Amino acid sequence: MTEIALPTYKPKDFASDQDVRWCPGCGDYAVLTAMKKMAANLGVKREDFVFVSGIGCAARFPYYMDTYGAHTVHGRAPAFATGVKIANPDLEVFLISGDGDLLSIGGNHTMHALRRNININIVLLNNKIYGLTKGQYSPTSEVGKVTKSTPFGSLDEPINPITLALASGGTYVARSLDVDVKGLTPLIDRGAKHNGTSFIEVYQDCNVFNHQAWFYATQKETRLENTVLLEHGKPLIFGAESNKGIRRNGDAVEVVTLGDEFTEADLLVHDETNLSQAFTLSQLYYPDFPEPIGVFYVDGSRPSYDDQLHSQVDAVVEKNGEADLQAIITGSNTWTVE
Amino acid sequence: MTATKSPPESNLNPSPDPEAKVLPSVSVRFCGDSGDGMQLTGSHFTDAVALAGNDFATAPDFPAEIRAPRGTTFGVSGYQVQFSSNEIHTPGDLVNAMVAMNPAGFKTNLEYVEPGGIVIVNEDEFNKSNFKKCGYEEGYNPLDDEVINAKYKICRVPMSRLTRESLASEDSDISVKDIDRCRNMFALGIVSWLYSREIDSTIDKLQNYFGKLKNKPEIADLNEKAIKAGYYFGETAEFFPSQYEVAPAKLKAGEYRRISGNEAIVLGLVTAATKVGKPVVYASYPITPASDVLHGLARLKQFGIRTMQAEDEIAAVMIAIGASFAGQIGVTGTSGPGLALKSEAIGLAVMMELPLVVVNVQRAGPSTGMPTKTEQSDLLQTMFGRPGECPVIVVAASSPGNCFHMAIEAVRLSMRAMCPVIFLSEGGLGNAAEPWLIPDISEIPTIDVKHAEVTEEEFLPYKRDAETGARPWAIPGTPGLEHRVGGLEKQDGTGDVSYDHENHALMTRYRAEKITKLQDVIPDLEVEGKGDTLVLGWGGTRGSILTAATMLQERGINVATAHLHYINPFPKNLGEVLGHYKKVIMPEMNTGQLRMLLRSQFLIDIEGIQNLCGRSFFVEELADSIEAILKGGAV
Repeated sequence: MTEIALPTYKPKDFASDQDVRWCPGCGDYAVLTAMKKMAANLGVKREDFVFVSGIGCAARFPYYMDTYGAHTVHGRAPAFATGVKIANPDLEVFLISGDGDLLSIGGNHTMHALRRNININIVLLNNKIYGLTKGQYSPTSEVGKVTKSTPFGSLDEPINPITLALASGGTYVARSLDVDVKGLTPLIDRGAKHNGTSFIEVYQDCNVFNHQAWFYATQKETRLENTVLLEHGKPLIFGAESNKGIRRNGDAVEVVTLGDEFTEADLLVHDETNLSQAFTLSQLYYPDFPEPIGVFYVDGSRPSYDDQLHSQVDAVVEKNGEADLQAIITGSNTWTVE
Repeated sequence: MTATKSPPESNLNPSPDPEAKVLPSVSVRFCGDSGDGMQLTGSHFTDAVALAGNDFATAPDFPAEIRAPRGTTFGVSGYQVQFSSNEIHTPGDLVNAMVAMNPAGFKTNLEYVEPGGIVIVNEDEFNKSNFKKCGYEEGYNPLDDEVINAKYKICRVPMSRLTRESLASEDSDISVKDIDRCRNMFALGIVSWLYSREIDSTIDKLQNYFGKLKNKPEIADLNEKAIKAGYYFGETAEFFPSQYEVAPAKLKAGEYRRISGNEAIVLGLVTAATKVGKPVVYASYPITPASDVLHGLARLKQFGIRTMQAEDEIAAVMIAIGASFAGQIGVTGTSGPGLALKSEAIGLAVMMELPLVVVNVQRAGPSTGMPTKTEQSDLLQTMFGRPGECPVIVVAASSPGNCFHMAIEAVRLSMRAMCPVIFLSEGGLGNAAEPWLIPDISEIPTIDVKHAEVTEEEFLPYKRDAETGARPWAIPGTPGLEHRVGGLEKQDGTGDVSYDHENHALMTRYRAEKITKLQDVIPDLEVEGKGDTLVLGWGGTRGSILTAATMLQERGINVATAHLHYINPFPKNLGEVLGHYKKVIMPEMNTGQLRMLLRSQFLIDIEGIQNLCGRSFFVEELADSIEAILKGGAV
């Protein structure tokens, strides 16, 4: 068999001829940049990429990638992506959508894609607001959020996307920042290579309806204090001076300052294969804790749904032999009229 | 009455009594508790009449509750079969004989027995406790009711006791519960004798199922003994006025099998997949009465079929659309409430202009309605139940066997027009069975599908084929044809997002016109019979209409009949056909939905006959209604 060499791509080879219509300054631009970089280097042919989305600002994403793409209906993109993938497992399927789409109207489908471990890549652009409908609170908005639809403050407890993904049986669960193209690109790349559902939450700024919602985590001045980078096998150290860490204390975790009392050896070491630790980390919230960025959890041992589906088909073909349509149509219980 | 023990083996299936009365046609209803195995009993009996060469039609009638409390009226399950020496199309109106395994079955089903009909009851179950459960007044035994006894021939058989006596064995550890479970086979034995149907093949099946498949030879033997005991009880008891015989029907020569509408859909989809040369991806959410299509396809993975039980109705249709986008045959199946949930996604497929087949096995609505009862009331939902101007192709099957052909048609038309098809079946077709002349697969034409290819010209994903009006189907994985589709309005040709006013008007027309163009590739409407009145039907009413027309002919009234299998588009000649008749009558199992469409499109008056009972038309009722219309009376 001859290996056909892949064309050498540049990120701009993935730009479609459509004008990008996001608001100037929107966090989505950075994600688009990261995606094109990743796509150019993934080792997948351009025609094998399929970008799928639901409805919302983020869901316009497929129009801007010069690949196959489908902008579907609100919340249902995970199901569409599932259909694409089971029809043709050779395709590299990306699902880009927002917090309203994937956690509110489409919460059910997100959960089921994750528990099936279908081999698609979900990038959830979380801006904690409904942008396209002009500024209502979203399922990730904080309690008390004052918006047009909640003039006296929202009452609903927000959903934590990472906790949800872990609880749903996600096998690759990560978080990144829209401002951090350098950090985001390898996370997407690794997710794409993961055989199973990859789920990446991106803190994304809606600079029109929820500007600065993530600034504590994304801005240079505060980022090091308010986020902690997850690196497998390394202790959880953060802070502008790298002098703080996260330590396990009984069933809970706490922030400690490194010095006389605590050293690096006292800190929690990130283990991305440890599900219960991943849960704990997913529940760390600003301002009491730094919010973790990076890969929370990976389980490479679970087979993907599409692999299993196709092996099942293969196994049945092997067991039952070549399909004989006439035999099935005729069945086993016939009679003849002369 | 102990003659039922140890029947002599040599006399297993005696030829019918030479005195046996020959009848052209017989209908029988089995009813009892949901746990009494009535569907199975009816099914075995149907196999026996099929083997005897009769034409037949069946109708199960069961509750949505799986096992309602024993003995209650809402837990009653029934199965009706008509078999005949003539060609028949319905399970019959009122039955000639009924078996009632308990008072609840007796109470709820007696109305389906013709006056003078035979009613065989399991007398042992007609006790105080069961009378109470099904709401008979204290001290009242319907079997002693003079009015009932005057109207029907009631045969009291202590089936529970006789079954126990026949099957009890001292050296066996068989439980009474296992023995009691065989009462239905005892009943089947009686009915088999009464109608001179052989029981050998049923015994073979029981032995095969319980003995080989379930590895319970002792249960197989019990069932065998029970059916034999029932058979000999019938012969010995001298309970019945006569034994009956129904001669074989003169059906078209060939090899037959029994088929239900849902089985036929499964086989039709598999055949279509083969004829297209693409796998079917069938995603569905369990819903009565459509689930059997999912069950059936899930067993046929050797044909490359992929089935998915989705998390909900919407996911199911979206998975199917995703599969179509990826170049395969996306199919989903549901019933009315599920179709409502899928409507937005079907609109997406209309906008994306992708093939999609949505099977809707209709049931009585609205809302949850009557899940196990049949109706044709989703037609207008099917035509219009989506936001925007959102036309889809609509086809409808007219008999269980016809579901096979229409499933293939659904796939063919969907691929040709790049447009969703909603395939209307009905609960009354899905679960009903009839003899089916097994088609020769090699005679079914292939379905040609073209995919877009790279040419020197720029690829335009919404450039239409002049003949079909369809856009090209470019499959992911094809280099050079990368493109985006979505729910936003498309620019003609390029498929780019467009909010242009004139373009929207144009695209709206295009989406409808490509469906109209299918008139060139669907058959014209055929009319049977002569007269200046046309009785026009669609879907599952065909059997009742044809039989009513014959009945009317016997009354000296001639009507022509025709049946619509294509509803969007209509056959090209429909307007012309309608114009030929002084009067057009349309029976429907709804309030007149297709009649509304025809009236508005063809500006002609059509008189409707409406059946809203959640069951098929009774033929006599229908014939009377047609006659009343023709005589100018009220319907």
